[in-house]
Amino acid sequence: MARSLKKGPYIEPNLMKKVEELNRTHAKKVVRTWARRSTIPPEFVGHTIAVHNGNKFIPVFITENMVGHKLGEFAPTRIFRGHGGKLTERKLSLK
Amino acid sequence: MARIAGVDLPKNKRIDVGLTYIYGIGQSQAKNIVEETGINPSKRVHELTDEDVAKIRAAIDANYKVEGELRTEIAMNIKRLIDIGSYRGLRHRRGLPVRGQNTKNNARTRKGPGKAIGRGKKK
Repeated sequence: MARSLKKGPYIEPNLMKKVEELNRTHAKKVVRTWARRSTIPPEFVGHTIAVHNGNKFIPVFITENMVGHKLGEFAPTRIFRGHGGKLTERKLSLK
Repeated sequence: MARIAGVDLPKNKRIDVGLTYIYGIGQSQAKNIVEETGINPSKRVHELTDEDVAKIRAAIDANYKVEGELRTEIAMNIKRLIDIGSYRGLRHRRGLPVRGQNTKNNARTRKGPGKAIGRGKKK
């Protein structure tokens, strides 16, 4: 279910503070965050934010198109390495 | 023969049903259009006067996105998701379900016909 419009988008307050500080000083610095649930507001555009994926921080460069999405959408938490060990070997040898 | 938005409407169907043959117009949209234009919905498509057809055409042009235009919009939306590298974009790219469905079984609509695996292991 979508979030109530009454509340407005959820933006991690601490992260917002940090990015606003960067905007004020016109600094470009990678901000580390665990706040995957935070919506991307327009203020973030042009910054690089390192989003935690449970293992490490994935640097995400925020573009205009990403506004309104959540940070977590850009830092995948699973790596799919494929199924069937022997089968893949066989396929490879056939080639 | 009524040709609206580049689609030939079936001759012998009611107009409110016939309109649903246009991509982007379903039953409720068709009903709205018929109401807007003030045409009797139980009129058959071949009974429509040129005037009726013109009215419907105008109504669709003014308020609805249909056929090619709609398809382009949808394709653009998907392309956007893919380009920004979001999770939904990745799922579109791999042809897997986008909205968090299970993929252990089923999900055949997105994955296509099943492929046999694990056979021919002998030798």
